[in-house]
Amino acid sequence: MLKLRRIKGVSPPHRKHTQNSPVEVLPVPKRVEIPMLMHSGKPAIPVVKPGEYVKVGQLIGELSGTISSPVHSSVSGTVKEVRTHDRVTGQKAESIIIESDGLQIHHEDLKPHPVSTLQEFLDAVRDSGAVGLGGAGFPAAPKLAIKNLDELDYILINGAECEPYVTSDTRTMVADTEHVVDGVRLLQQFMKPRKKIVICIEDNKPNAIEAMREGFKNDDYVEVRVLPTLYPQGERKVLVYNVTGRIVPEGARLADVGCLVSNCTTITVFSRYIKRGIPLISKVITVDGPIVRNPKNVLAPIGTPIWELFEFCGGFTAEPGRILAGGPMMGIALPDLEVPVIKTTNAILADVVENKNKIRETVCIKCGRCLNVCPMSLMPPNIETAYHLKDTDEMKKLKINMCVECGSCAYICPAKRPLVQAIQLSKQILWETKK
Amino acid sequence: MSNLTVSVSPHIHHKATTSRIMLDVLIALIPAFITAIIVFGARAAVVTSVCVISCILCEWLYEKITKRPNTITDYSACITGVLLAFNLPVTIPLWQAVFGSAIAIILVKQLFGGLGKNFANPAITARIVMFLAFSVTMTNWYSPYETTSIWLYPIDGVAGATPLALIKRDELEALPSLWNMFLGVRGGSLGETGNLALLIGGIYLMLRKVITWHTPLTYILVVVAFSALIGQDPLYHMFAGGLFLGAIFMATDYVTTPQTNLGRFVFGLGAGLLTVIFRVYSSYPEGVSFAILLMNILTPYINKFTRTRPLGAVKDD
Repeated sequence: MLKLRRIKGVSPPHRKHTQNSPVEVLPVPKRVEIPMLMHSGKPAIPVVKPGEYVKVGQLIGELSGTISSPVHSSVSGTVKEVRTHDRVTGQKAESIIIESDGLQIHHEDLKPHPVSTLQEFLDAVRDSGAVGLGGAGFPAAPKLAIKNLDELDYILINGAECEPYVTSDTRTMVADTEHVVDGVRLLQQFMKPRKKIVICIEDNKPNAIEAMREGFKNDDYVEVRVLPTLYPQGERKVLVYNVTGRIVPEGARLADVGCLVSNCTTITVFSRYIKRGIPLISKVITVDGPIVRNPKNVLAPIGTPIWELFEFCGGFTAEPGRILAGGPMMGIALPDLEVPVIKTTNAILADVVENKNKIRETVCIKCGRCLNVCPMSLMPPNIETAYHLKDTDEMKKLKINMCVECGSCAYICPAKRPLVQAIQLSKQILWETKK
Repeated sequence: MSNLTVSVSPHIHHKATTSRIMLDVLIALIPAFITAIIVFGARAAVVTSVCVISCILCEWLYEKITKRPNTITDYSACITGVLLAFNLPVTIPLWQAVFGSAIAIILVKQLFGGLGKNFANPAITARIVMFLAFSVTMTNWYSPYETTSIWLYPIDGVAGATPLALIKRDELEALPSLWNMFLGVRGGSLGETGNLALLIGGIYLMLRKVITWHTPLTYILVVVAFSALIGQDPLYHMFAGGLFLGAIFMATDYVTTPQTNLGRFVFGLGAGLLTVIFRVYSSYPEGVSFAILLMNILTPYINKFTRTRPLGAVKDD
C-alpha cells in the first residue's frame, strides 16, 4: 500500500549488550511475592490461604471478569501471607507471598491441553495466564476474541523490541523458536488471517531475523519483515502502519482495520501451555544497566524480588541511583529492590542517577525537535502549555488521548522539559472532567 | 531506607542541550567573524566584542534586578551580541553599539519574558531601531580594506556604498565583481558580506542538525526567483545584501520562527517575497531585517495554520 507518511521517531543508543547472551536460569528464590494484578483490567482473586501448600503451576489467583487473567504459583512451597501491596504505578492490589521449599514440585494438573476449536483455543489462552508481554499487559484471550474474525487480514507478531538494552524478546525468538513457531501455527489454524502473519523485527537483530526465517521456512503464510531500527517501531499503531500501511483511526481498535498485534513472547506462553501444560510462571528478563557487573538474560520465577536478579548478575559496581523495570524510554522507576518480577517485566536496569545539572530543565526554546520526532504527529509543546493553563478544550483539540507516551519528545528535548509528565497529567485532567 | 530516584520516563535523554545548540550557532558564526576582520580590519572584532559584552551584561543585570535565574550560561545573549554586531557598519560609534545591545536584550528579549518568550528577533529589532534612530552612522559604509587602521574611533576613510545601494541608484558599473561579493570583499554590515563564510556556517548547523534547510533554502530561492521575475539581477540580490546572514542565522532563530517544517517553509517564502519587495519598491536599499521582523510577527499565525495532523485523528465536530 502507498504510504503517504513516514512515521517519525528517535534513535537512542541501542545498548543491546545481552543480545547474544544465552538465558541463564535463576536459582529458586526463597520467597516470592506474586501480585494478583500483573495485567490491565481486573485483578485476579486469591484462591489459596496462608498455610496452604502450593505446587509449581498451581492456580493461586482466579480471573474475575472478561478482562482479567489467572495467576499461577511459580514455586512449590507454603503460602505465608495474602496482603495488600502498593503497586509501582500507584494503585493498591493484593499479592500472595509464598515461601519456597526449593523442590519445585510440579502441580499434577500440568499436562498438555490439546485444542481443536477456536473456543477451546481461546480458553487455553485464557487459562495459560497469557497477557500482552510487550508492556501493556492486556489479557491475551479477550484480545484474540475479536468479533469480526472473518475480516482479519493481518496478524503481526511484534518482535521489534525497540527499547534500548532489552533483549528478552530477541532471546525468545533465538532460543525458544519452537514455541514462537507453535504459537504462530496455532494463530493460523484458529484465526486464519486473510492475508498473512508477519513477524516484525528491527534490522539490528540479525540473529532473531535468521532464527525466525529458519523457523518459518516451510510456512508460506508467514512473512519475516525486517524493519528499520527506529524507536518506537514496536508501538502497535506504528507497527501496523509501517507493515500494512493502514492507519488506525483515533479511538478505533486494531481489529477495525483488520489487524491484530501480539508480542512474540506472549504467543510462546499459550503455545507452551497447550503443548506442555505450563502456564506463565517465569519470565526471561534482561538484567543490564551501566552499573550491573555482568549483564545477563535471566529466567526468573514470577514473584522473585529483583535484588536477587541483580545479585545473580554480580551485583552493582556503584551505588544504584535508579532502578527501572522495562527499558529506559518507557520503563518505570522502582522505589526499592524488593519489587517482584511480574508477568510484564522484560528487563530490569540499574544506573546511577545522571548528574542533576546535566538534565537541568530549562525553558522551551521552540526548537520544534519534539514535533519532528512524535510518531503520532502530536504537538508536545502546545500540550505542555495547555496543561499549564488547564485548558481542557485545547487539550482535546491537541488529541492528547492519542499520545502513546513513548517519550520520544522528552528524550529529544534540549531543554529537558518533562513533556511525558505534562501529557500524563493532562490525560488525568481530561479524565476527571469527563466524570 | 531506599535512596532510589523515582522519576518520570523517559529515563535517558539526547545529549543535545540548549547551551550546546547555542554554542553550535556561535561556532557556525566564526568563519563569518574571521572574514569580517580580514575585510574590515580589527575594528570588526572591537565592535563584536563590545556588542557581546554589553548583551551579556544587560542580561545579567536585568536578571539580577528582577531576581530571575541567571541565564547567561546558555550563550543566547552572546549570540544576540554577535548577530547585532554583524548587522552594524564597522564604523559604528561604540556607545551606539552598547545602546543597540541594551535594546535587543532588555526591550525585545527580557521584557517579553526572556529566552523562549520574545516574539521578535532581538538582534534584528535592535538593528531596525538603530537604523531609524542613527540613520547617519548606521549607513556610514566603508569600502573593504580601508578601515584597517581604525580601532576605537571611526575615522574618515574611503566611504563606499553597499552593492544594494548601488543597484538602487543604478550605478551598476561601480558594483564589485560577483566573486568578490561571494567572498565578502565589498561594503556592507560587518558580518553580512562573507557569503561563503556564512554558507559554511549554515552547512555546519545543518550537519549538526541545529537548523533544517527549509527556511534558508526557501528564503534564498524565493529571493532569486522573485527578483529574476521582476527583471532584477538574481545573483546580485543573492550576494549583495544581508540575505545569507538573515536566511541562515536570523530566520532560523527557534524562538521567533515556526516550529514545523511546513511552517518554516512558509516563513522562508514570505520572508523572500517581502525582502525583494522592500529592496526594489521601498525607499531603503535593504529589506532583510524588515522582512524577518514582519514574518516574526506572523509566526504565531503560521504556527496556528501549520499544526501537525495526528496519525488517524478524527475531526472534532
